[in-house]
Amino acid sequence: MGTPGEGLGRCSHALIRGVPESLASGEGAGAGIPALDLAKAQREHGVLGGKLRQRLGLQLLELPPEESLPLGPLLGDTAVIQGDTALITRPWSPARRPEVDGVRKALQDLGLRIVEMGDENATLDGTDVLFTGREFFVGLSKWTNHRGAEIVADTFRDFAVSTVPVSSSSHLRGFCGMGGPRTVVAGSSEAAQKAVRAMAVLTDHPYASLTLPDDAAADCLFLRPGLPGVPPFLLHRGGGDLPNSQEALQKLSDVTLVPVSCSELEKAGAGLSSLCLVLSTRPHS
Amino acid sequence: MTTEVGSVSEVKKESDQLGADATKEKPKEVAENQQNQSSDPEEEKGSQPSPPADHKSSPRRRKREKDPSESRGISRFIPPWLKKQKSYTLVAAKDGGDKKEPAQAVVEEQVLDKEESLPEEERQAKGDAEETDQRKQQVTKVDAKEEEPSVTSPETQPAEEVRKEREEEKVKETQEDKSEEAAKRETKEVQTNELKAEKASQKAIKKTKTVQCKVTLLDGTEYSCDLEKRAKGQVLFDKVCEHLNLLEKDYFGLLFQESPEQKNWLDPAKEIKRQLRNLPWLFTFNVKFYPPDPSQLTEDITRYFLCLQLRQDIASGRLPCSFVTHALLGSYTLQAELGDYDVDEHASHDLSDFQFAPSQTKELEEKVVELHKTHRGLSPAQADSQFLENAKRLSMYGVDLHHAKDSEGVDIKLGVCANGLLIYKDRLRINRFAWPKILKISYKRSNFYIKVRPAELEQFESTIGFKLPNHRAAKRLWKVCVEHHTFYRLVSPEQPPKAKFLTLGSKFRYSGRTQAQTRQASTLIDRPAPHFERTSSKRVSRSLDGAPIGVVDQSLRKDFPGPAGEVSAYSRGVVSTALVQDGDGRRDIRSPTKAPHVQLLEGKKNSLRVEGDNIYVRHSNLMLEDLDKAQEDILKHQASISELKRNFMESTPEPRPNEWEKRRITPLSLQTQGRKGDHLFKDILSMKEKHQMAATWTVEEKAQEADKKRAPESEGPCTGASDAAKSSHETLNVVEEKNQAEVGKDERVITEDMNGKELSPGSGPGEIRKVEPLAQKDSTSLSSESSSSSESEEEDVGEYRPHHRVAEGTIKEEQEECEAELEEEASRAAKVVERQEAVPEASAGKQAGASVSAVDTVTQETVVAPKIPTEKSVHEGAIKQDMSEEAEDEQHKVNGEVSHVDIDVLPQIICCSEPPVIKTEMVTISDASQRTEISTKEVPIVQTETKTITYESPQIDGGAGGDSGTLLTAQTITAESVSTTTTTHITKTMKGGISETRIEKRIVITGDADIDHDQALAQAIREAREQHPDMSVTRVVVHKETELEEGEE
Repeated sequence: MGTPGEGLGRCSHALIRGVPESLASGEGAGAGIPALDLAKAQREHGVLGGKLRQRLGLQLLELPPEESLPLGPLLGDTAVIQGDTALITRPWSPARRPEVDGVRKALQDLGLRIVEMGDENATLDGTDVLFTGREFFVGLSKWTNHRGAEIVADTFRDFAVSTVPVSSSSHLRGFCGMGGPRTVVAGSSEAAQKAVRAMAVLTDHPYASLTLPDDAAADCLFLRPGLPGVPPFLLHRGGGDLPNSQEALQKLSDVTLVPVSCSELEKAGAGLSSLCLVLSTRPHS
Repeated sequence: MTTEVGSVSEVKKESDQLGADATKEKPKEVAENQQNQSSDPEEEKGSQPSPPADHKSSPRRRKREKDPSESRGISRFIPPWLKKQKSYTLVAAKDGGDKKEPAQAVVEEQVLDKEESLPEEERQAKGDAEETDQRKQQVTKVDAKEEEPSVTSPETQPAEEVRKEREEEKVKETQEDKSEEAAKRETKEVQTNELKAEKASQKAIKKTKTVQCKVTLLDGTEYSCDLEKRAKGQVLFDKVCEHLNLLEKDYFGLLFQESPEQKNWLDPAKEIKRQLRNLPWLFTFNVKFYPPDPSQLTEDITRYFLCLQLRQDIASGRLPCSFVTHALLGSYTLQAELGDYDVDEHASHDLSDFQFAPSQTKELEEKVVELHKTHRGLSPAQADSQFLENAKRLSMYGVDLHHAKDSEGVDIKLGVCANGLLIYKDRLRINRFAWPKILKISYKRSNFYIKVRPAELEQFESTIGFKLPNHRAAKRLWKVCVEHHTFYRLVSPEQPPKAKFLTLGSKFRYSGRTQAQTRQASTLIDRPAPHFERTSSKRVSRSLDGAPIGVVDQSLRKDFPGPAGEVSAYSRGVVSTALVQDGDGRRDIRSPTKAPHVQLLEGKKNSLRVEGDNIYVRHSNLMLEDLDKAQEDILKHQASISELKRNFMESTPEPRPNEWEKRRITPLSLQTQGRKGDHLFKDILSMKEKHQMAATWTVEEKAQEADKKRAPESEGPCTGASDAAKSSHETLNVVEEKNQAEVGKDERVITEDMNGKELSPGSGPGEIRKVEPLAQKDSTSLSSESSSSSESEEEDVGEYRPHHRVAEGTIKEEQEECEAELEEEASRAAKVVERQEAVPEASAGKQAGASVSAVDTVTQETVVAPKIPTEKSVHEGAIKQDMSEEAEDEQHKVNGEVSHVDIDVLPQIICCSEPPVIKTEMVTISDASQRTEISTKEVPIVQTETKTITYESPQIDGGAGGDSGTLLTAQTITAESVSTTTTTHITKTMKGGISETRIEKRIVITGDADIDHDQALAQAIREAREQHPDMSVTRVVVHKETELEEGEE
């Protein structure tokens, strides 16, 4: 189990999935995705992978894009990983459910314990789940229902799993994330603040909160790929994205900031939490 | 109630013989006696007439049956719960059993003990000394008291206990010979502890009937012992702990199975028989309060038992774990029990003998073994520690789940834990109410309510209700909440020595130590690590494991660094340290630690006003400290994030007043000094007693003297006291109805002890006033006094009034609870009429007087007239009910504040004019329907009507102004007569250059409906005026509680 909170962000591998042409070609239009610049999106995706591998030193696994799965790159919705356990989700959108297959296979190959949702009534998007290192918060959004959250609780029994109503048209992770083991980063929108207040009520653990001007800027990843003693990284939106939030992010001084731009992918609803899955193959070491 | 019969007979025997037996049982009662003085005698008497009912109704009976002069006055006045509480706290008062002695005598004795100036005292003192010596020799380790088990004894043994015992003994002595007492003591000791005691115990046993108890221990073995039928829970618990060689026992408790679905905690402060009713005497020893940080436990043996509990919890599924965690915890279990992994040896082990998970798979076992191999080199204790380090992080660790429905009928679970109340739907946490957010906890029928602070942007408090399966479930939940809150929250970690306040419901007031206290006590444990065998429950029967702990004889234990020698050391440490450890609730009274509790309780009194059945109210302010800490921690961790908002998760419910925190903290410190103050008071008291019926105003003088004496020490303390008082108000709301009432009683008692003065402003002129001796003398601390005083002040402010009213209402409900438990509390209706008479002159004097350095004296008198219940033939089962019926009389409380301005100068001003009168009336009628339910449960139902009338003059505020000043001294004096109990709080505050003395008297008149309340009130006011000619009455509050006539069961 490790020390609660200390295990947050521990990772050895990162999993991403390539951007299919269908994402920009209108295939995704069915999913309400606006047109976007495929090349730019792919470039952003490539840069992200590079940062994960080179800047953070992670083993990067990239699943090939599948044209039938325009939102395949958003694999963060397909699994919830904690420790050695991966819960394969049941995305709200039926069209996205096939996305889990490739992810499942990859995670299985990495030696994770795979847990399936099973329940036909449950829906869960992985980016509605926030793991703080000590507990889970599951956003009850338009994509995730109570039953889905319950399965999260059933899967990760060591941890408290609390539900947080999400009032905006966003996933929970769309406006909040962890800036450190004891720091919650959240956007300044009403929905974000409301969710944060709810979380504050529900938790047994005290967290500090950092409010950023942009909701999307809060969708960051706290990662600790290195050896103990090495400052952890915070993968966050930057590099031209969300300039208003950059200054606030500087307040997170015990992490090494790694800015990444994904403004084009964002148009498809992507965020850093959905564009990659990170895991540790030796979570208990 | 077959047991009851036996008990009755026992009682008779006891009474007849006065032998040790009686004393044994009564020690606890003694404490009560001290408080209630007469209660014990009453019990005996009462018991004889109505043998079956005795146990349950004894208190009430006592009251009724007893001579009006002795028992009646005090006992009646004091609510039954108070008695109970007292008993808890007073546990030390083993001997107190001198039933026959008149209360007065007792009081005097106490005083004597302290002062030792009086001849009587000397006698007693001598006897005490002798006794004490004997005790020391015999049972240095063990408290003489039965109640306190040997295990506890080490902790409790502090000198304070001795003192208490002495007091008790003295009382006994008056009635009986010293030798007899000694015998009694011996018996007690025997029960609690050791071989030595055994002889005595045998003797005792001969005389009293015993019941065999069986306790299933955590390792699966069974411990059986014989207990007196009337033994309280603590006796059994202590015996079990002794058997287990467990010193850090405050985390544990005994469960009995009320029904297939429901288990109840055995209340150590109550008689086992009453709690069990007709259930078999079967118990299980369990962890009651899960230490949030097991590494802070002092002894490995304690951690071991915690491990055993957790293994049960895991195996049963109560503590959900992931697969990995199951495996990891299982591997530590193997390491602890089998040692390093050994291929050969382990091959022979069938891991299926171990239960690592509710459903155990081969895969899991393999994983366990795999992990076990990695633990090589870990000692059993280390393995246990690792086990706990991992287990404690589980989200359901220490969460006590209760099934319920929300307001919409949806099935949910309420989880009570160290941090508050958690609401689960399925496995999901859907809400959480941290203790700081909860203002009040109550239950009514099968409904459970919490009143929470308004959220950030909200203005109003909200009450959230939950539906429990039945009334008893609601009550159980409520109790658990009260206990958890008390145990975990009511401590000031920063002040280790005296950390906690007890806040509990009357019947359930949590009588044990708080976590902080027990931690403190643990630090004093000074014994070699006790030897014990680790055996899993499943494998107990195996020869492999060696003799299971449960099987070990006491004799064997001797060989070990057993409790005896160690205990003594322990106890010494305790004593030297100042008793902080007395933690056991019962003993608390004696111990300084208790004092804080008392304070809180007192505060609660004031705050009490509940309409609900059982209410546990508290202000989050208490919690704020912790929150702040949390914040601090965060800061530390995230120092780098300078500008981060820290309001996030720690979000303090409200703007946390630092002041409150401070106040809260201060009281603790005060306590210590309170002792000193107490001593001073004692001296004074002796004086007073001599003069005994000196006019109140003499008392005042004395009080002043006391103040002076204190003064040197006092500054810090005094202020602290005042602060504490304030804090107590806010915080202390926690009290259940019962609690509050009890608290109030306790306070009174305490004050009496302290002061020893007898003020009889009471309504009954001719009546003999008894001063209740309190075992708590030691405990009585300035703080308590101060708190009381503060209460008065605050009341003036006006904040309190509402609380008071509410509180009274609460009391009623508490009574119901009590009934449920078969406690003897008489249900009473109290009429509280508050009248504030503003003295124009006086007020002017105050206000104007401010400029003049004058001494303002404010006298508040509260007259409570409880009815005297007529005795009814009580059926065993019905006794309670009867009690309640009878008991419910009217209590009149008249709070009159007489404010004197410039006492020195203008005694005349005192004239009480009742000019501008603001009259408010609040009438609350408790719901009858509730009772019906209760009745089905064999709970005596009493309906009561509460009326509170307050007469105030606008000028009252002048008194309120006092709040702004610095509290110099506070004193509480309690006097009782047959039908009245008078509590006088004397508060001295400094405002600017002006010192103001405020006297608040609370007079409780208990009696039948026949009592002319108006007359009683008038008399009380008249007396107050007479006693304090130089002061004016500024406020009179009459609270009348009347029992509604209803057909009772």
